Amino acid sequence: MSPPLRVCRGILKELRASMGQSYRQSLAYNYVLDQFRKNKVTGDRYCRAQQEAHHDSHTYLCLLTATRHHLALHQLYHGKGERSIEQAADMVGLRLPTQPGGKGWEK
Amino acid sequence: MLRSLVRLQSHVRKPLGKVCQGSQAPLYSTAASERRKFYQDVSISQGEGGVFEINLDRRKLKTPGGKLFTVPNEALAIAVATEWDAQRDTLKFYSMHLTTLCNTALDNPTERNKDQMISAALKFLETDTVCYRVDEPHALVELQRNEWDPVLHWIENRYNTKDTFRQHLKSYNFWSLTGLEFVITQLKSVVLSLAMIDTHLSVEQAVLLSRLEEEYQIQSWGNVEWAHDYDTYELRARTAAGVLFVHLSSESSTVKRKLMQD
Repeated sequence: MSPPLRVCRGILKELRASMGQSYRQSLAYNYVLDQFRKNKVTGDRYCRAQQEAHHDSHTYLCLLTATRHHLALHQLYHGKGERSIEQAADMVGLRLPTQPGGKGWEK
Repeated sequence: MLRSLVRLQSHVRKPLGKVCQGSQAPLYSTAASERRKFYQDVSISQGEGGVFEINLDRRKLKTPGGKLFTVPNEALAIAVATEWDAQRDTLKFYSMHLTTLCNTALDNPTERNKDQMISAALKFLETDTVCYRVDEPHALVELQRNEWDPVLHWIENRYNTKDTFRQHLKSYNFWSLTGLEFVITQLKSVVLSLAMIDTHLSVEQAVLLSRLEEEYQIQSWGNVEWAHDYDTYELRARTAAGVLFVHLSSESSTVKRKLMQD
C-alpha cells in the first residue's frame, strides 16, 4: 500500500474532482486532514490502530477513485440508454435494408 | 412564492422517497435510476441517542422504507454526506454505495436476524471462489495455486475451524454483518472478504484475486474497456464501500477513534 501522505493527497484530489473548488469547505476535507494529523507517525513502534486507519484510508481512496472511473465509463458506454436499431447495426458494420417503395409501401 | 413552494414539493416527492413524505409506499430504485438533484447544501447533525443524521438543505434524509436516516458515528455520516455532496445535476444512486448500505441496514428489507446472516456466511464458505480450482489449462492451475493458496493458509491459521469462525462472526453487530454480507456477494468469497476486513489484503488485491480467471482470460484474449474495466471499477467501488462500512460501523473502530483522540 502506498505511504499515508500519498493516500491523504489522493483522497483530497478525489474530493476536489468530485466537488469542485468548494471542496475545502466540505466536511470530508476537514475530517480527512484531521484524521491524518492525528495519526502521524511518531516512531517506528508497531501500532494496530494506526495500521487499521491506514488500511481504511487506502480503502476510502480506492472507493473514490473506482467510483469516478466507473461513472466515467458508465457515462461513455451505458449512460445514454439503449441504442436505436440503426446505431446498433452500425456498430457491427451492418446497414439496415431500405424498403424499395419507402416506408409503408406494403399496405 | 407559492408556486416555488409547490415546485419544491414536487421535487421532493420525486426522489424515490429518499426524502420521504411520511405515508408514501416504499419505493426501491432500480440499479440505474437517476433523479434530479433537489438540494444545495448537505450537512450532518447529531440527533437523539448520539446517532448522526444527514440534512439536505433543511430536510432530514429518510430511507426508502420511510425511516429517519441515522448512522452510528461521525465518520460514516461524513462519508455518506460526501456521497450526496458529490452529486451534480442528477442523483446517481447506483454510485452511492455507502448510502445504499446504510439504507439496507436501517430498513432490513430481507427481515433477517444476526444468526441467519452468520449461517448464510458460513454456508457460503462451502462454495467459496478460492476453493474451486480448475484442472486445465496448466497455466491457470498454477496461477490459482500460487495466488489463492497463501490466502487460504492465512485464513486456516487465523480461524482454524468453522466454530471459531462462527464465534468471530458473532462479535459483529448487525450493521457490520450487513456490510460483510455485501462484500461476500461482491467477491463471491468469504475467505477473500475476511482477509480484506482483517487488513491482510487491500481492496485492489482482493478484487484481483476474486477475478483471477477473468484476468487470466484477458491476458490471452485482450481487454475490453466497456466490459472488463467497467466491471473491475464497479467491483472495486462496491467492495471498498462494503469494507469501509464494516470498519466504520463495528465497535472496534469507535474504540480506536477514542484512543487516538487521547
